[in-house]
Amino acid sequence: MLQAIGVETFDELFAQIPEPLRLGRPLAMADGKSEEEVYERLAELAGRNADAEEQVCFVGAGMYDHYVPAIVDAITSRSEFLTPYTPYQPEISQGGLQVMFEFQTAMSELTGLPVSNAGLYEGPSSVASAGYLAMGATKRSRFVVSRGLHPHSRETLATYAVGYDADVVEVGLEGGLTDAAALAEAVDGETAAVILQSPNFLGAVEDIEALGAAAKEHGALLIVACDPMTLGILKPPGECGADIALGEGQPLGNRLDFGGPSFGFFCATEAQIRRMPGRIAGETEDVDGRRGFVLALQTREQHIRREKATNNICTAQALNALGAMVHLAWLGRQGFRELGELLVQRTAYARERLAAVPGVELLHEAPVAREFAVRLDASVEKVLDRVAERGIAAGYPLGREYPEFEDGLLVAITERRIKAQIDKLAEALGAAIAAERDESLSQSESDAPLIGGTA
Amino acid sequence: MALTQTPMQAEAAQTIYEKSKPGRRAAALPAAEVPERPLGELIPENLLRVEAPKLPEIAESEIVRHYNRLSRRNFDLDSGFYPLGSCTMKHNPRLNERVAALPGHARLHPAQDPRQAQGALELMWLLQESLSEICGLPHVSLQPSAGSHGELAGLLLTRAYHADRGEERTKVLAPDTSHGTNPASVTMAGYEVVKVATDEVGGVEMDDLRAKLAENEGEVACLMLTNPNTLGVFDENIAEIANLIHEAGGTLYYDGANLNAVMGKSRPGDMGFDIVHVNLHKSFSQPHGGGGPGAGPIAVSDRIEPFLPRPQVVRREGSNGHGPAFDLEFDRPKSIGRLRGFQGNFGVFVRSYAYILSLGGDGLTEASEIAVLNANYLKARLAEGKAGERLPIAFDRHCMHEFVLSGKPMKRDLGLATLDLAKRLLDFGFHPPTVYFPLLVDEALMIEPTETETKESLDAFAEAVQQILAEGEQDPDLAKNAPYTTPVRRLDEVKATRQPVVRQPLGN
Repeated sequence: MLQAIGVETFDELFAQIPEPLRLGRPLAMADGKSEEEVYERLAELAGRNADAEEQVCFVGAGMYDHYVPAIVDAITSRSEFLTPYTPYQPEISQGGLQVMFEFQTAMSELTGLPVSNAGLYEGPSSVASAGYLAMGATKRSRFVVSRGLHPHSRETLATYAVGYDADVVEVGLEGGLTDAAALAEAVDGETAAVILQSPNFLGAVEDIEALGAAAKEHGALLIVACDPMTLGILKPPGECGADIALGEGQPLGNRLDFGGPSFGFFCATEAQIRRMPGRIAGETEDVDGRRGFVLALQTREQHIRREKATNNICTAQALNALGAMVHLAWLGRQGFRELGELLVQRTAYARERLAAVPGVELLHEAPVAREFAVRLDASVEKVLDRVAERGIAAGYPLGREYPEFEDGLLVAITERRIKAQIDKLAEALGAAIAAERDESLSQSESDAPLIGGTA
Repeated sequence: MALTQTPMQAEAAQTIYEKSKPGRRAAALPAAEVPERPLGELIPENLLRVEAPKLPEIAESEIVRHYNRLSRRNFDLDSGFYPLGSCTMKHNPRLNERVAALPGHARLHPAQDPRQAQGALELMWLLQESLSEICGLPHVSLQPSAGSHGELAGLLLTRAYHADRGEERTKVLAPDTSHGTNPASVTMAGYEVVKVATDEVGGVEMDDLRAKLAENEGEVACLMLTNPNTLGVFDENIAEIANLIHEAGGTLYYDGANLNAVMGKSRPGDMGFDIVHVNLHKSFSQPHGGGGPGAGPIAVSDRIEPFLPRPQVVRREGSNGHGPAFDLEFDRPKSIGRLRGFQGNFGVFVRSYAYILSLGGDGLTEASEIAVLNANYLKARLAEGKAGERLPIAFDRHCMHEFVLSGKPMKRDLGLATLDLAKRLLDFGFHPPTVYFPLLVDEALMIEPTETETKESLDAFAEAVQQILAEGEQDPDLAKNAPYTTPVRRLDEVKATRQPVVRQPLGN
């Protein structure tokens, strides 16, 4: 090969790197290992994580321990889907392109909006991309967001907003729901978008239609983040006046994976189609009149428009979107609705069951679908530790993101969380709270002489 | 060419919705087991959905057949040579899929208490350390989800760095050969792009760089480069470029799309770059998945570190006989904040870390060496015969991991566009190179073979190109009407943009 190239030595090929810039030493890393050794090392690392197979997982907060059917793994692990790149050559990418088209159709059905893209990175950054779209559409640069929007979405939006120079105004919660009066007050003629989430981070189902009226009145876009698993039951954002519906796609056919990769879905009204971020597949014909699919509307994208592109994103998370499509086909029209109902029924049961535990009360009484918030009469972190010892991850401590809910716990339900596990959670929570109370009681008794007189 | 339809062409495309029949299904769901109440008692009627979304109704056997059939309508890296320039289509070892699927990784909740996710955090920390060594920069954030996300992160870091010094700069320099994501990211980050010209060997045109810096004195926030650049050429002036940018007060950003050329050979940090993004789906073997997932970690210098996204994975030394512990650090007052939910594409990190362990420092270096050898060999093969005549190299010198040919003489002499050659290659069972990029080369073909191809596959590709040019001399229409053997033939892309049909109408 060197001869064909016309060089004597291998090093000549790297001669163009100036001497001072050559590393000139081996990388300070171990040498390569055999497949068995690498497997053992990775298995050892994996073994030091308490996963949902080891602990019964009631944690949600945006990602959920749903059952991913075997058919998803079988199809997404096929080389033909796993190893190609973006379908730049449509003649040899009809499989992937048709999957995108089918996925777009499914997401459009779920959200009740006519246009879907083929997927974005994940949930929170999709919110930031929607904000960018809204600025372009309205020529305004102020967002009004509910405190019920996922904290990661709010923070990501704020990060991006520094770049594209927008203001973010937050509206608080009242009884678990977005404060409607404060929202109406906050929206004005400079507002590019109102951004809501339903169910919101506390699990409460918002009245999007009523809240969105303020956006409509002032010509702002209504952006709604939603949980796809609830869309068989809850009125879709498109029927509530949303201009954009988006969200974290993980619950559909994707593993927890400690937070990714998953995908974001992004649907909009026809009016926004030419401002959409990301890849979009479209139907067309070949020269012989055969039906086929291509990447449509590429004139929006960075490789054509460069600095005038509607977004910089190229990745559609195509494999993750395929997992979602296969999961949705497997559930089917009826199964998808039944699953939504199952979540609502079990969530209602779990909420009632936990609320009856001494030391537990509801954080809000708003309607919920698959997740709910309670208050504990003991340190949440300590209670979580005690319950974890019994093999249960009881939920998400709200104090991590909401200082006003330091005593709050967010509990999520999936089809994997059966009644017996819910009962066990209730029992374990009750015992942990009682034990914590006893301990702090005996602590304060033994502390009493020390602090005596100061109380 | 006498045409009869291939069996796949004869089979009309049918979507899964068109195979749907009311009442069919695959999933049987578990019973609720709890006392059930009417939905309207739990959630107000006005918030409930009336009609179920029209998802397909189809049996599991039919779902499997449907998607298997679709899979056969894809070309993929496991089926053949995929020399897509700038995309680093290297082999994806299956071990990486296996370890990513271990329940300790795949079923680990992202909000799990760090004390109960020590293995995952240690893996992330180890990957950070590895990327830090490869890039020659001391700090790494794994958070960005893709290369373009890493670019946006880098520009927001640049903004935060300048703001911290009380400066507001408005312009970002990028060469005219840059990836399209560069200028798109610049706009999203609120900056204005200033183009820098390319010299006769594909490097930054130094006089133009000096001129642009002088014209925009005090306003240049950053220069975005990839080195080797998009023409596959290592910019020998990089040290001087770094000096000029740093003297002008700007940061130097490295688009890591081409890192596969220099692993273990030369490090962006040593070249003077402040911020680097690494495409784990390129150099570090994460499968491309038909367009994602990937990940775009960033490595940065000390002066940029305070601004890194949060949370950051950190290692805390143990005390009282305990070993070190790993944690997520949120308390970073100067941080630009989050770029996404949770901690990043962990499943991608597992695959890439397994890849790094498998190859080791020695293997990664060898990977870059073979990538460069393969590219130069293929370049030499394509400099022979008709290809040498009709498809000259855009910049004639040794290349790094990829090279760019110009189809200008082919178009002039045979009337064949680069697109025609690309489409005819499909009939020969090859994925074509990247076409019409970079923009400054007429009728460009950008070829990146990667290190995981054999000499035989490179030879076969070169011979196919030679053959297509030979038949083009006899009958140019053959290539102009190609492809013939693919599941569909040339598609009307204009129609798909003018009258977009982006979902299936489903009626009731």
